[in-house]
This record gives sequence, C-alpha cells and structure tokens, in this order.
Amino acid sequence: MRYDSLLESVGRTPLVGLPRLSPSPDVRLWAKLEDRNPTGSVKDRAALRMVEVAEAEGLLRPGCTILEPTSGNTGISLAMAARLKGYRLVCVMPENTSIERRQLLRMWGAEIVSSPAAGGSNEAVRVAKQLAEDHPDWVMLYQYGNPANAEAHYATTGPEILEDLPTLTHFVAGLGTTGTLMGTGRYLRERVPGVEIIAAEPRYGEVVYGLRNIDEGFVPELYDASVLTTRYSVGPRDAIRRTRQLLEEEGIFAGISTGAILHAALGIAARVVKDGGRADIAFVVCDGGWKYLSTGAYEGTLDDAEDSIEGSLWA
Amino acid sequence: MAIEVRIPTILRTYTDGARSVEGSGDTLRALLSDIESRHPGIQERIVDDAGLRRFVNVYLNDEDVRFLDGIETSLSDGDVVTVLPAVAGG
Repeated sequence: MRYDSLLESVGRTPLVGLPRLSPSPDVRLWAKLEDRNPTGSVKDRAALRMVEVAEAEGLLRPGCTILEPTSGNTGISLAMAARLKGYRLVCVMPENTSIERRQLLRMWGAEIVSSPAAGGSNEAVRVAKQLAEDHPDWVMLYQYGNPANAEAHYATTGPEILEDLPTLTHFVAGLGTTGTLMGTGRYLRERVPGVEIIAAEPRYGEVVYGLRNIDEGFVPELYDASVLTTRYSVGPRDAIRRTRQLLEEEGIFAGISTGAILHAALGIAARVVKDGGRADIAFVVCDGGWKYLSTGAYEGTLDDAEDSIEGSLWA
Repeated sequence: MAIEVRIPTILRTYTDGARSVEGSGDTLRALLSDIESRHPGIQERIVDDAGLRRFVNVYLNDEDVRFLDGIETSLSDGDVVTVLPAVAGG
C-alpha cells in the first residue's frame, strides 16, 4: 500500500483471527491490530481527526500551540501530527505514567506538564483546563469531549471491522475517553441488528482513585451509556494474565489495556459457548507492549507484575 | 447470605478504614441499606433519590450494575460488589 505521507497511512489496520484462543469454530475471536498505526496506537485515528477538524474550523492555524490532557497515547499521536504540521504541543500527563511514554513525547518534540499521580487523568484534565484559562490563545482539542474523537471511529474503525467481518456479533474495546466505543458502537448498531457493544474499563490501584470528594469524579462528555450493552471492570491481574496469554498463544505482543479487553472478550465467548450460540467477537488491540516493558508486566510471577504496576496508569 | 462490598479509599471514613465490609440483601438497594445500618452515612454517598450518584460506579462481580438492573440488581450469596469513583482514561 502506498500513501503520500505518514499521516495518510492512519487506519486500515488488519483484523486477525485468534485460532488458539477462540473456544470453538462457532465462537471466534478477532483482533483489530491498532498498534499498526503510525505511532503505534489506536489514538492516531482520533488525534488526526481532531486536528483536521480544528484546522477546517479555523481554530488551528500555522504556529498555534495545541494543549491536551493525556495519559500517553493521544499525546504521542498528537506529537507526531503536530511535528509534521508545524504546531507546538503541550501535554498534561499524570506523573504515574510509564517512562517510555514521556520519552516518546519528548522525542517528537512535545512539552510535558506533569499533573499529580493521585487522581490520575482526572487531575490532568483539571490542570489542562486551568492552563487553557491562563493561555486563551492555546487550542485544547480535549479528547474527552471532542465529537471528532468518536467520529473518527464512526468513519473508519467501524466500517473497516464490518467490511472485514460481516458476521460480527460483538465488539469489545477499552473505555477511556469512550471515543472508540461511542463511534464504532454507533456505526455497528446502525447496521448490525442485535450487535453487542462491550466496554472493558481498567480498574487501577487505589492512588488513582484518590479524589478528595466522590462528587469530583469524571465522566467524559462523549460518553453515552445507551451505545453500550454492558461494561466490565478489569483489574491489573487479569489484564496482565491475558496480555501474556495473547503473546504466548497467538504471538501478539500487546499493551496491558489490551489484556483487559481480551479478558472481557473471553468472558463473553465463554458465555456464548455455554448458551450454545455462535459469535464473531472483534476486539481492539489498542497498542503494542513496547511502551510498557519497563513496568515489569511481561516477566516474572503474576504477583510481582501486579505489584509493579500498582499505582500506575497502565491503560 | 454474605456479600463482600469493596469500599473505595474516599468512603473508608465510614468503615473505620476497612477496605471491604460484609453485608446482605436480595438486591443492591437492600444491601446498601444493610451496610448503612452498621456504617451510617455511607448510603447517601453512593445513591441519591434518582439512583446511583453520577460519579459513582458500582460493579457486581466486575459488571457495571447500570447495565444490569441498577439499584434493583439481584444479588446472590458469595457475590462481590465493588464501589468506585468514576475516573478518566485516555
């Protein structure tokens, strides 16, 4: 495949079958390899779309500064796009994110403002909103509330999956900004009667939930619960176990959030088998494992690995 | 009937610091009312008149109860109920 530039090559990722992890010929799992995007994650789709829409609306002009709260992948995608398009990028990132994410951001020329570990991405959002007030000329794309995030998936991820797998019955993805699930989910619901849209939400260590008050929680503006069929909370132990299983049995080297998604997908597959039904379950491989090697998730005992990612934003 | 209820850090002021407490009830509503009897004040931090509070998520064996029957979700002996504040991802 030939493209005029790296930016043109976002999307059109492979959908691969998992013959060993699929429980039966009637209940099959399919992995959408989003790590094959230019910066190695699903976020390239949303980031590029948000930039292009902001340009079309005249919000972003040459020399502008982009501001974004991000735990990593969106920032990395924006950093690449900003470098190619000539924007300055300031990312607000919780301090408990992996060292590789920081290195990658700096490599592409982004500036990083750290937000406190306690409170996780909620704090990054709060700090970014404050910075936006202090710098009214900066452009905050705001992935949690920017419709272009979900539209990217409605326009690309959804159609790609359905074209490759017309017999699809279930779609499983991670719940962060909710953009992947909202966009892909809406597209599939409009075209596949009875399709189930399943969210796998990472359950972090306690420090990440360290809010001062329970009313200071955060629900992304993009989130519309009616798009989902169900929503699972997946802890670090199951996420790591499944990440390793995906590597050992199918050869796919994925990041830890993908393990959480696979855990939910396997749970659904087991339920369908028990009920004697058929299913084609597509799930998202959000990124590769490269950025998480330093976390210790891929080596040693599960106990050690679980301890080593405790307190970090692993998804 | 024993059900384990996992309590988030910010609500442990109501449980003397305990990370989880035990309760009973046929539904989530009954369970919350049961733990309220031993941990006064905790219930209204989780639910209000309209049901679950906006920034609180409750999971029954890892499944979000909003996609089951919400506050009326049926419970069984041995279930684990987890209460967590809503946080951002991405």
